[in-house]
Amino acid sequence: MPVPRVADTFKGAVSRVTIGATAEEGGTRTTTVTVGGASNVVYGGDPGKLGEKPVIAVDVPDSAPQDWPEALAGQYKDVFDDPAAWAKKAADEYGADVICLKFDGIHPDKGDLDADHAVKVTRDVLAAVGVPLILWGSGNDAKDNQVMPKVSEAAKGQNCLIGTVTEDNYKSLTAIALADSHKLITEAPLDINIGKQVNILVSDMGYPLANIVTFQSTGALGYGIEYSYSIQERQRLATLGGDKMMAMPSIVDVGNEAWRTREAKSDAPDWGPAEARGPMWEAATAIVLLQSGTDIIRLRHPRAVATVKNFIKEMW
Amino acid sequence: MIAIGERINGMFTDVKQAIAEKDKAVIQDLAKRQTECGASYLDVNVGTAAADQEGAMAWLVETIQETCKTPLCLDSQKPNVIAAGLKAADTSMGILLNSSPLNKKNDAEVLDKFIEMAQSAGPEGKIIALTMDKNGVPQDVDTRVAIAAEIVEKAMGAGFEMHRLFVDPIVLPVKVPDAQQQPTNIIAAIGQIVLLSDPPPHIVVGLSNLSQGAGERSLINRTFLVMAASHGLDAAIVDVLDEQLVDAMATGEMLLNKQLYSDSYLKAYRNA
Repeated sequence: MPVPRVADTFKGAVSRVTIGATAEEGGTRTTTVTVGGASNVVYGGDPGKLGEKPVIAVDVPDSAPQDWPEALAGQYKDVFDDPAAWAKKAADEYGADVICLKFDGIHPDKGDLDADHAVKVTRDVLAAVGVPLILWGSGNDAKDNQVMPKVSEAAKGQNCLIGTVTEDNYKSLTAIALADSHKLITEAPLDINIGKQVNILVSDMGYPLANIVTFQSTGALGYGIEYSYSIQERQRLATLGGDKMMAMPSIVDVGNEAWRTREAKSDAPDWGPAEARGPMWEAATAIVLLQSGTDIIRLRHPRAVATVKNFIKEMW
Repeated sequence: MIAIGERINGMFTDVKQAIAEKDKAVIQDLAKRQTECGASYLDVNVGTAAADQEGAMAWLVETIQETCKTPLCLDSQKPNVIAAGLKAADTSMGILLNSSPLNKKNDAEVLDKFIEMAQSAGPEGKIIALTMDKNGVPQDVDTRVAIAAEIVEKAMGAGFEMHRLFVDPIVLPVKVPDAQQQPTNIIAAIGQIVLLSDPPPHIVVGLSNLSQGAGERSLINRTFLVMAASHGLDAAIVDVLDEQLVDAMATGEMLLNKQLYSDSYLKAYRNA
């Protein structure tokens, strides 16, 4: 009897999401990125099923950050108060595929800046760089609901990725993303069931599943990375099993989480030079999460960006 | 669970009449509604009334595919009727041929013909094979499993992958004298058939047959569906318009950890 063919097949694939719009598409971006498309587990053996290459989004704060350690802040000294110049540096010098404009400054506890400020920063950054933008709120529901719709409107036509929406706060930002034709980030607190629920809620509002990028929350190396890893992995397996409510590309916030760790920010000489430790921690976190199956990596330090870029180039 | 919508069947009066009067709207509406309710395939059975069964099958297939992209499950005991449907069908979305026994007294090669037809329909051409042979429908567990083993062996020998094979252990009406042992036998058989190969073939049942003639049809159907699913049943020809049945199916899959839980899992199940 011949050896039987026992190949099993996966039913689903990660959807492909494009961010950015060029002049022909009604925007002013000079490049766009497309992520997703994998129809296998990471390193599943079939290069044809890998999907698109993961991309790197470099964080650009909307106002000078208060709590960045010197090893990181020093890299942006010359642009610390100027988001547009910061974005330009990240794109032109450090090779960001995408700029993640992070509106921490509008948070009531971190500056409480208003919508006019946020709109101006959005316009300035759009004018300064040609790469696509991620527009990421402060995490304060009330303030985000007040400011982010105006940010969205200011970037209308640019096909940005805007977020985040959660199970408890999704209506206004989903509606505005739909109206302004932006892609949307759905967020869950390291809970795969809530991750699925928020996608269902958003799709119930008529928002297309094919335009969603998921954010399952991120833990850094040594600080819960295994939770992030296993959730990313479960998302991919659910996708491959045909669960359309989970079949989206995902984004991870490595920069913020890695630079909160003691190992990255402590001034402890016997741990080795701080300027090497931080980027190393950041890159290691990113590379581990890439193997769990994620698509967009938010990073901060240029050396971490270079290391992770090189890893992607070698492995994909 | 792979749900195969059962409603486009000439045994139902509305379908029978639609076939006789060539009334496309009735058929297309059933196709649309069953798809919306989550059918992965639409069963197409011309029933017994049509004089020209091949012609009726081709007409049904063309009528459905004019407006609906859901893959079809061509249902007939006669290979020539299946062939007529296959000829008319767009098989690019996949197709399921329903069904062949292991063999027949007058046709020892019937299963080979079905496998061949499915292979000719492209990589998503699949078949349902009944645990039934020239001696008829077995009542016990062992004969069902033995026939299933021969079916699996034949498919493997023909290079036909297991994900393209659906084994049907044949559900009989429970409301028949001395038939109450059958559901237990079928569940036991399912538990053994899934061990025949790795990956195993799909296991499918024609669920509504179970409650033929009984009261509480929907309750009987959905209770058995969940019981059988927990032993390896992963496909069923069902009334997908029966909301409670689909709810039970979704809940069963969630409890068996085949679908991720979310508060709106019932809705997610239908949208998937």
